Amino acid sequence: MKIHEYQAKEILNKYGVMTPRGFPCFSVDEATAAADRLGGEVWVVKAQIHAGGRGKGGGVKIASTTDKVEQYASEILGMTLVTHQTGPEGKEVKRLLIEEGMDIAKELYVGIVVDRGTQRVTMMASSEGGMEIEQVAADTPEKIHKLSVDPVDGLHVSDARALAEKIGLEEDVKQNAGELLVALYQAFWDTDASLAEINPMIVTHANQVVALDAKMNFDDNAIYRHPDIKELRDLDEEDPDEIEASKFGLNYIALDGDIGCLVNGAGLAMATMDIIKLYGSSPANFLDVGGGATTEQVTEAFKIMLKNSNVKAILVNIFGGIMRCDVVAEGLVNAAREVHLTVPLVVRLEGTNVDRGREIIAASGIEIIQASDMADAAEKVVAASRR
Amino acid sequence: MSILINKESRVLTQGITGKTGTFHTKHSVEYAFGKDCYVAGVTPGKGGGNVEGIPVFDTVAEACEKTGANVSVIYVPPPFAAAAIDESVNAGINVVICITEGVPVKDMILTRYKMQGSETILVGPNCPGVITPDEIKIGIMPGYIHKKGPVGVVSRSGTLTYEVVDQLTRLGLGQSTCVGIGGDPVNGMKHLDVVKMFNDDPETEGVVICGEIGGTDEEDCAAWIKDYMRKPVVGFIAGVTAPPGKRMGHAGAIISGGKGTAAEKIAAMEDAGVKVTKNPADIGKFMKAALG
Repeated sequence: MKIHEYQAKEILNKYGVMTPRGFPCFSVDEATAAADRLGGEVWVVKAQIHAGGRGKGGGVKIASTTDKVEQYASEILGMTLVTHQTGPEGKEVKRLLIEEGMDIAKELYVGIVVDRGTQRVTMMASSEGGMEIEQVAADTPEKIHKLSVDPVDGLHVSDARALAEKIGLEEDVKQNAGELLVALYQAFWDTDASLAEINPMIVTHANQVVALDAKMNFDDNAIYRHPDIKELRDLDEEDPDEIEASKFGLNYIALDGDIGCLVNGAGLAMATMDIIKLYGSSPANFLDVGGGATTEQVTEAFKIMLKNSNVKAILVNIFGGIMRCDVVAEGLVNAAREVHLTVPLVVRLEGTNVDRGREIIAASGIEIIQASDMADAAEKVVAASRR
Repeated sequence: MSILINKESRVLTQGITGKTGTFHTKHSVEYAFGKDCYVAGVTPGKGGGNVEGIPVFDTVAEACEKTGANVSVIYVPPPFAAAAIDESVNAGINVVICITEGVPVKDMILTRYKMQGSETILVGPNCPGVITPDEIKIGIMPGYIHKKGPVGVVSRSGTLTYEVVDQLTRLGLGQSTCVGIGGDPVNGMKHLDVVKMFNDDPETEGVVICGEIGGTDEEDCAAWIKDYMRKPVVGFIAGVTAPPGKRMGHAGAIISGGKGTAAEKIAAMEDAGVKVTKNPADIGKFMKAALG
């Protein structure tokens, strides 16, 4: 689960991570009021969306007067912000963060992830703050320093200071940075985070170390332990079709091709997408129906796929193991009747009771193209989509 | 021969009194030597009862002591799954197979930490289980599609593994053992661990590796294969068309920071001499060709 920058900063503040003073705002009036409350001479107006690259997309502006705060707030609120992480369709900005401007002497990077290789949490730090860390990793990997954290002992302040030293921080600053890193790690660990990223972490001319930006993602499987964080979920930032699908136990992700696909199991679903591509077309979605594939689920899956006007044909690929093919076939037929399919439907069933399943489909009177294996199914669905 | 499990294995089901645990234990007992193999169930507080004639104990240690169980399969709900693994590890179980999907990553980090120095082998979590055809089935896979034979199968996914097994069986190629290692980022056996065992198993003549986007396990496995593998290997990587930054169902199936793409994995495997097919319908045929 993802949250907004201002929410991540609120969590980090509780752990003692210093951030600029600021207020989340939902309107231009709130933005100017926030600037007044903050005082000072420079403010930062920041779009709050769940995607990185906001600055380059025009979603972060520095204002030197409250009039400018008002102007930028009205420009950014409601704008469709396009960044490399939003996709070309962009994301409408509905929330702002108004912050005090900071006096920046140095920009650094720090991130925390779960490292699959070591099966532990790894902290990464770099002197190259404010840049795309993927770019730094590709161009100058020697500038990224990593620290694997013992899950029981946690992060020692001495190790944190050593990491700070590696990214070029000296005495006083090193102490302050070490404290920030320990607090950041503790916040990550306690909240079952899957990612925490401060880019940039800055050093001020007064040698303070401040999280200028903050990004936190959380492990969906552990969110039940954190009702307070679950509350921070912003459905406006998620794909409405994906949310709708999840209510029915469907794992749906929209893609940009023209063949809808409905599959049981994530690995087989990806393989089905791949074989569609191999036969010359592209998948319109990833859709894992899980272990059930009831009439209700399949009906809902058809409805969601058909909402996408790019879909020219649908491929259903089910390997029935514990789930019997005759039950799946009945579900498919009922769903196809209920939804009134407007595009060709190709079905490939395999597994337990498959013969009975194929009979049910053939006897249904519904126009369904049956396929004998994955290759046959891919070939038929691509051909059907071009009719 | 086979790897990990055979008809001499003695299995206990953790979470046997739950709906899922009961259902899959029943089907596993009915498969091949299952009746001899499944000797115990464990559910705290339900000791003294029985499920399908299998005695239930309060703890894994007690079940091991009374029945000689040396393999455990876990169907307990996600919040308690890591603790169930810990309990089996502490009781000295040889192989722990955790089927449960949705275990918090932090729990698995701590469990893997505690397993340091232990000889227990962990498979999963979030996996379909392990089957040695015609001997023993531990997990949720449909037993009847399998056939005894010379091909080892290792995969991160469930139904895709069934697809592969079905292709092999139809071509007359049976399987030595099929291992579903699961799709979580922090887990037990990786492809490499399984492939090493297949390399040493005299009955296994060839290996199918099914990988998917996310992480670098397939690359690590390929690097080892290049230097040490003595048997033909066929590979398939799911997710060539998966977009970056999107989690494709499995917790670990995500391309992040430009890492974990199918293209990188395919290149590493090809470099190691693995016959990689981009067509999932051809995996069986590739294995048949590789075995000559």
